[in-house]
Amino acid sequence: MSNTIIKTENLTKTYKVGEIEVPALKDVNIEIKKGEFVAIMGASGSGKSTLMNLLGCLDLPTSGNYFLDGRNTSNMSKNEYADIRNQKIGFVFQGFNLLPRTTALENTELPLMYDRMNKNNDHRKKALEALERVGLADRVHHIPSQLSGGQQQRVAIARSLVNEPAIILADEPTGNLDSKTSVEVFNIFQNLNEEGITIIMVTHERDFASFAKRIIEMRDGKVIKDLVINNRLNAAEEMKRINVEYEIED
Amino acid sequence: MQAKIILKVAVKSIMKSRMRSLLTALGIIIGVAAVVVMVAVGDGAQLQVENQIASLGSNLIIITPGTSTTGGVRGGAGSFNRFTFDDVDKIKNECLLINGVSPLVRSGGQIIGGIGNWFTQVQGVSPDYLEIRAWDLQSGEFFSDRDVMARSKVCVLGSEVVKNLFPNDDPIGQQIRIRNVPFKVIGVLKEKGQTAVGTSNDDVILAPSKTVLDRLSGGRFISSIQVSAVSADKIPEAIVELKSIMRESHKLSPGEEDDFTIRDQADLSEAATETSRILTILLASVAGVSLIVGGIGIMNIMLVSVTERTREIGIRLSVGARASDILIQFLTEAIVLSLSGGAIGVLLSFFIAYLLNNYTSQSAFIKPEVIMIAFGFAGAIGVFFGFYPARKAAALNPIDALRYE
Ligand SMILES: Nc1ncnc2c1ncn2[C@@H]1O[C@H](COP(=O)(O)OP(=O)(O)OP(=O)(O)O)[C@@H](O)[C@H]1O
Ligand SMILES: [Mg+2]
Repeated sequence: MSNTIIKTENLTKTYKVGEIEVPALKDVNIEIKKGEFVAIMGASGSGKSTLMNLLGCLDLPTSGNYFLDGRNTSNMSKNEYADIRNQKIGFVFQGFNLLPRTTALENTELPLMYDRMNKNNDHRKKALEALERVGLADRVHHIPSQLSGGQQQRVAIARSLVNEPAIILADEPTGNLDSKTSVEVFNIFQNLNEEGITIIMVTHERDFASFAKRIIEMRDGKVIKDLVINNRLNAAEEMKRINVEYEIED
Repeated sequence: MQAKIILKVAVKSIMKSRMRSLLTALGIIIGVAAVVVMVAVGDGAQLQVENQIASLGSNLIIITPGTSTTGGVRGGAGSFNRFTFDDVDKIKNECLLINGVSPLVRSGGQIIGGIGNWFTQVQGVSPDYLEIRAWDLQSGEFFSDRDVMARSKVCVLGSEVVKNLFPNDDPIGQQIRIRNVPFKVIGVLKEKGQTAVGTSNDDVILAPSKTVLDRLSGGRFISSIQVSAVSADKIPEAIVELKSIMRESHKLSPGEEDDFTIRDQADLSEAATETSRILTILLASVAGVSLIVGGIGIMNIMLVSVTERTREIGIRLSVGARASDILIQFLTEAIVLSLSGGAIGVLLSFFIAYLLNNYTSQSAFIKPEVIMIAFGFAGAIGVFFGFYPARKAAALNPIDALRYE
């Protein structure tokens, strides 16, 4: 029990659109341990993003409880929520969500600016290290519009890990990328996971889900399947295989 | 966050959206410059009037026919006694608190002489007049009491008349014809500049009062008596003295109303400042409108940029910014933008005032408090409209801010 990092109790989210109530999550109970790599799957509209936003403290549930590191988040203040987003969780969005007209380096530094614990004073050095970890050391002064989609997503990943979070949440991180670039991104996630960061990601493709260690499948706002992956794929090997295929094609 | 970082982020953010920042600042620049210039023009006009009145000679007292309360409306043309040279002589001989006294006989008409002809006013006065008005001679000499008594046909020209009739020659000693009466030019007045109402003090010819009355005025009369008191603080006493002399001279019995009006410079300036104050109020209202228009401009830019800014706020919130962090950042940004816009606006207004003062007849006078008011006002608008959308966005859940459209 002590190494449980995420636990939800009847987590429910109902959106209100005018008079109509849209149930997006219905009594979701999940438990995730430290160091896990979870892929969340399910049809469009099944509530995956809704769940991720709640786990990332970006949104509040309609009812139910969410325990993070054993602490119930339901009675936390807005500022505590902000601090959790800053300290514990890194979030990677499908649409990157980088600040426009702002360099990769400055985008990566952003979470450090709001770090009240002041763990690290040298923002620049920290951000450079994070960009190095995602293989972007040579693009630090580029602004998003000068970067490819894969590179932008790597900046977003660098930003999510710059403050050494315990958890990285990624909502369809490769949804806008081609398959080769996607495998590169999963390679980064697998490496981060090896280093001990808990990773939860949403993906539509069963092939990509095989990079994780566990799959949670959702339908109509409920968890319908929760299983361990037996024949897990290694992204580094996949990259080699793809490169060989490309060479043969050439 | 430290103040230094906050300021740095604000400046960076302003520089990153140059167009938006420029348009926002432009509203403030125009608003501030418009207000400062408009009010400066009003104040400049007022100052001009004040200077003009001061240039009349600060001890000037003017006696005009008719009662002040009725303004001649009740009495009608024949109901008061015209001024005579006897009145002037009595004042000169009996009044102790005056330096000089001069009748003023107004005339005017076609002047022929020098290179052509010119239409202007002729004032019949006594030798004291120069001192009463605090005017100076440029060259030549002024006529004497003997010239007045002898009804000499001599005259002194204002600089504007010289410019038009004798642009190249020295007019002194030359002959001119005023309404066909030949006059000899004996002096030229120094240039004095415009009057409050826009007419020129330089477009004038001075001649002995009796000469003008007999030769030019033809049935006219002394239109006013101009007196200068010995000093400004003796004006009230001098007025009392003048009043009794005039009553005596006009043989008014004790119960009778005055058939003349005595006014000093304070009365004159009151009327004139009243006019220019109305002008200032008018200009200030126009300026106020332009400030509001500028404010609406700022508001529009801010509202247009809200979508982009709301997404930015969403991103910042999602990486752990607190609502207060966002508010401080946006407030700083708005203040930096307003202050720099306001400063540019003030500089611009100084430049416009410089142009007005040097290249037009309009004078502009910038008062420090006007700068402060305009600055503060435009700044407040900038801060309010920069801060308000940010406050709204910072209160959202991060995910709602990210999704905002
Ligand atoms: N802000 C919102 N307001 C109203 N309804 C919403 C909102 N966000 C999501 N929903 C609804 O909630 C349900 C779940 O949406 P969610 O985005 O979680 O699905 P998803 O599984 O992420 O889908 P996708 O795979 O297409 O991203 C959907 O029916 C959706 O229409
Ligand atoms: Mg989704």
